[in-house]
Amino acid sequence: MSDEVLTAPLVLEYPFTRTTGPVIGAFLTGLREGVVLGVKRTDGSVMCPPLEYDPITSESLSELVPVSTVGTVQTWTWNGDPRPQQPFSQPFAWAMITLDGADTPMLHGVMVDGPDQMTTGMRVELVWRAEREGHITDIAGFLPAVDSATGEPGALPEGVEEVRSVRTPIRMEYTYTPGRALSQYLRAMKDKRILGDQCPDTGQVFVPPRGVSSIAGKSTLPDLVELPDTGYIESFNITRVPIKMRPDLTPPYVSAWIVLDGASVGFMGLGMNVEPEEVRVGMRVRAVWKPDDELEMSAQNILGWEPTGEADEVIDDYSRVGRPQREGAS
Amino acid sequence: MRDVAVVAFAQRQESKINTESEVEFMVPLMNEAKDAVGLTQQQIGFTCSGSSDFLAGQAFSFVMTIDGTGPVPPISESHVEQDGAWALYEAWVKLQCGEVDTALVYSYGKSSPGSLRDVLATQMDPYYVAPLWPDAFAIEALAARLLLERGVVSEQQLAEIASRSREHAASNPHAIRKTPKSVADILAEDYAMAPLRPSDLPASADGGAVVVLAAGARAQELCERPAWIRGIDHRSDAHTLGVRNLTQSMSARIAAEKAGVGTDKIDIAELHAPFSTSEAVLTTALGLGDDTVINPSGGAQAAHTMMASGLIRIGEAAQRISRGDADRAVATATSGPCLQQNLVAVLEGE
Amino acid sequence: MGKQKAAVLGVGQTKYDTTYPGSMAGMLREAATNALQMSGTCWDDIDAVIMGKAPDFFEGVMMPEVYLAEALGCVGKPIMRVHTAGSVGGSTACVATSMIQSGVHETVLTIGWEKQSESNAMWALSLPQPFATSVNAGAGGYFSPIIRRYMMMTQAPELIGCMVALKDRRHALDNPYAHLHQPDLTFEQVVESPMLWDPIRYSETCPSSDGACAIVLGSEKVAEAHTGPVAWIKGIAMRSESGSFGGRNMVSPAASEACANDVFAQAGIHDRRKEIDAVEMYVPFSWYEPMWLESLGFAEKGEGWRMVESGATSIDGGDLPVNCSGGVLSSNPIGASGMIRFGEAALQVMGLAGDHQVDGAKTAVGHAYGGAAQYYAMWVVGSEK
Repeated sequence: MSDEVLTAPLVLEYPFTRTTGPVIGAFLTGLREGVVLGVKRTDGSVMCPPLEYDPITSESLSELVPVSTVGTVQTWTWNGDPRPQQPFSQPFAWAMITLDGADTPMLHGVMVDGPDQMTTGMRVELVWRAEREGHITDIAGFLPAVDSATGEPGALPEGVEEVRSVRTPIRMEYTYTPGRALSQYLRAMKDKRILGDQCPDTGQVFVPPRGVSSIAGKSTLPDLVELPDTGYIESFNITRVPIKMRPDLTPPYVSAWIVLDGASVGFMGLGMNVEPEEVRVGMRVRAVWKPDDELEMSAQNILGWEPTGEADEVIDDYSRVGRPQREGAS
Repeated sequence: MRDVAVVAFAQRQESKINTESEVEFMVPLMNEAKDAVGLTQQQIGFTCSGSSDFLAGQAFSFVMTIDGTGPVPPISESHVEQDGAWALYEAWVKLQCGEVDTALVYSYGKSSPGSLRDVLATQMDPYYVAPLWPDAFAIEALAARLLLERGVVSEQQLAEIASRSREHAASNPHAIRKTPKSVADILAEDYAMAPLRPSDLPASADGGAVVVLAAGARAQELCERPAWIRGIDHRSDAHTLGVRNLTQSMSARIAAEKAGVGTDKIDIAELHAPFSTSEAVLTTALGLGDDTVINPSGGAQAAHTMMASGLIRIGEAAQRISRGDADRAVATATSGPCLQQNLVAVLEGE
Repeated sequence: MGKQKAAVLGVGQTKYDTTYPGSMAGMLREAATNALQMSGTCWDDIDAVIMGKAPDFFEGVMMPEVYLAEALGCVGKPIMRVHTAGSVGGSTACVATSMIQSGVHETVLTIGWEKQSESNAMWALSLPQPFATSVNAGAGGYFSPIIRRYMMMTQAPELIGCMVALKDRRHALDNPYAHLHQPDLTFEQVVESPMLWDPIRYSETCPSSDGACAIVLGSEKVAEAHTGPVAWIKGIAMRSESGSFGGRNMVSPAASEACANDVFAQAGIHDRRKEIDAVEMYVPFSWYEPMWLESLGFAEKGEGWRMVESGATSIDGGDLPVNCSGGVLSSNPIGASGMIRFGEAALQVMGLAGDHQVDGAKTAVGHAYGGAAQYYAMWVVGSEK
């Protein structure tokens, strides 16, 4: 058997919606209107961007003051390889910039041709994005400022609609690896074989295999055991409303814990070829496989579980699940 | 405070562990540490672990990993979404309560499945900073320029730190970046993220670590020369970079004072300093002098396993005490951008 | 040094709701400042903050204690972040308590929170996983087979769960912080609400909430100097077990029973039903009330549903009022839910539970669970030291 471990791309992305509250909301409203706001701290200094609390003393802050769109670079670094969601698509400088009228710097991008054009202390001017919505990226970035630029602080127009929430999408790409035990399990699935792993101390068999016995706290690798594709339902759920992740499933349908013959624990499987009302705890079932020419290295090869028509498994303790002892063991 | 010691330590760090799942590679480490002191899980009073869901892109990944301990029958257990050094701190506190005498601490992280530099951007202020996706190297480079331009450290000194890390790492089987490189050769490197050079950056690793703690007489029974935790403390700085003095670490300085770093000579220091610049800042914050060997393992620059690097520093320091290579050591752990949060532990042999 | 006494000095909450309108930091600060106010402390008095919440994917902020430290008075101070799945709010309060019991700190702020509206629970709790298929949506599909087993085991009448749901929603009417306020809800409406995860009806499930709950804890010295009422912590316990092994008791997991045995032994409780005046237990699906009544030793095995049926768990005349706050069934910001149980138990013995106060409550229990019913945290609090 090949020991090569499976991998698959995994993308986690979500367009998070963040409610902003008074201070962040006011700052973002200002950006949309082309005004930059800071907040007065208890020592009288001005922090930009503003927070609703002082980040040193945690005291509440609320007095907003407009600051300039021109400022001074406090420190910078050169980003030669920009990534998709960053301020500029061409190489740019990350910089900490203190806007005139503020006492603390903010992080943003400065667009220049190369690192030789960047210096600490250089003057830069904010560049607005053409279409603004009330988001930190309403600031497209900064450009070197001409000496005469002052970027007079503007005033927030009266009566504008306040920004109350902001969308901050996240997209992260991963290479998923299921590990040794699951890789073997998935490979065997292609041949319509079901593998489990066995606790070295108690003989309990876990399906799907996890590479570890949670009873012994020991590895179960490298040897897995093969199980038949028959077993029983130890309990079940009937889903009666559609779920987003499985548009292919029409409610009502049964999801059941299936305990395979020879296994000690159950796993969740889909009930097939049976009316939900006829499903019973203890009912004997067998796997319904995909057609042979559609088999993949995937647990999806088993479409579901259908009744075998055999007599029900006798369950003498409804509180306990699975089998505490290996079958045949005393 | 009750005397509590590190009595066992196991670790694994590789540039990429893509064959085994977290629980698969942690089980042997847990058993290595438990076997070293002859304890079974059921004989251990408290268990605490550290990990992060964001690294591997799996919610509740620690739920899979707890099975590695063998928690049947149930165990007294907790988990922090922090470096394992904070899990160790929680266990140390539990031992201080006096009801249990032993604790198992573990943590792990796999950075290789994702892009750690990008993943760490999601740790920044979610309204103003994270939406710009600044990567972790860029943030550190902003601090590095301040250090250089304000004369706190020179590029020569940074290169010396990076060179020494490689030199020390050469004899550490768990280190990733261990090929020697002279200061001159490092200074000749092109900037990776100016003013940081490739050798100033951490060598990212996948891996994990396990520590067994024991209190008082129990520690002496289990280990010939326990590494006693004489002081341990952790502190945070502000998150907003704009209000911090990035050339210093107030949090590390306070934690070091509380842990008693300065009360006597420190033989070795294992500093959780992912960058050359972080080592320079931490050395000053802890007040370490020329008589202290810094990062004899090569440190976190030589192998940086997110969520375990801090715990590994404590383990590396403890091992050197238990072997008799050192009598008094300090270990640190860090979290957040530019050393925002720091934990400091002082370990002694007697 | 040995174990020191610890007490609750203040509890602070936000109004639980579908969407908290402010920022994440603003939400935590609202709960924290409410707790500080009740305890008569300010940021400077706090030695450390212990934060708990469930998966970071809910808000898309990795290790958010890093971003939030400065909003919670932690500059120059320690902050920790606990995560033990659904039990986390309870575990976090336990960790914070041990900070004082150990003698390490004198005054600690602990806070549990979740801002589920930033994403949604279905996404954050069931991230896509290659090679696997999901036949269930959310936690209901996981817990419904366990509930089915309990119903078969005890032969409990089918509508016991509906009785719990109605009782908790009625309790919630007297708690201004509760998310769900349904004054006109009838038993018939609960029974006729859509069956989602049969045997779990829609009205038998918890809402998805935003919110934070904070507790200020003090040492014996600090508590004795405090002029207002305090809740003395008589015991804390945490237990965890594997979520899957053959022969596992899933109706009353061993970890649940071990956690209860430990905490009641610490508190010197012998007759649990008699000696406990109020219980805040973690009931995200209504049937878990009778299940936990048995597992935690308030009822004999198989008899928990009879307590529900008799009205014993109602604040209106019951001898063991359960979830007078409305419980998880009425508010569920996941990372805070356990902390709310612990905080509400403390408020009962402090006599500060307002309209949902159990008259003369002297001893109360806070309880939380999580994962595959495998993580447990409990505390017992009392009005007397």
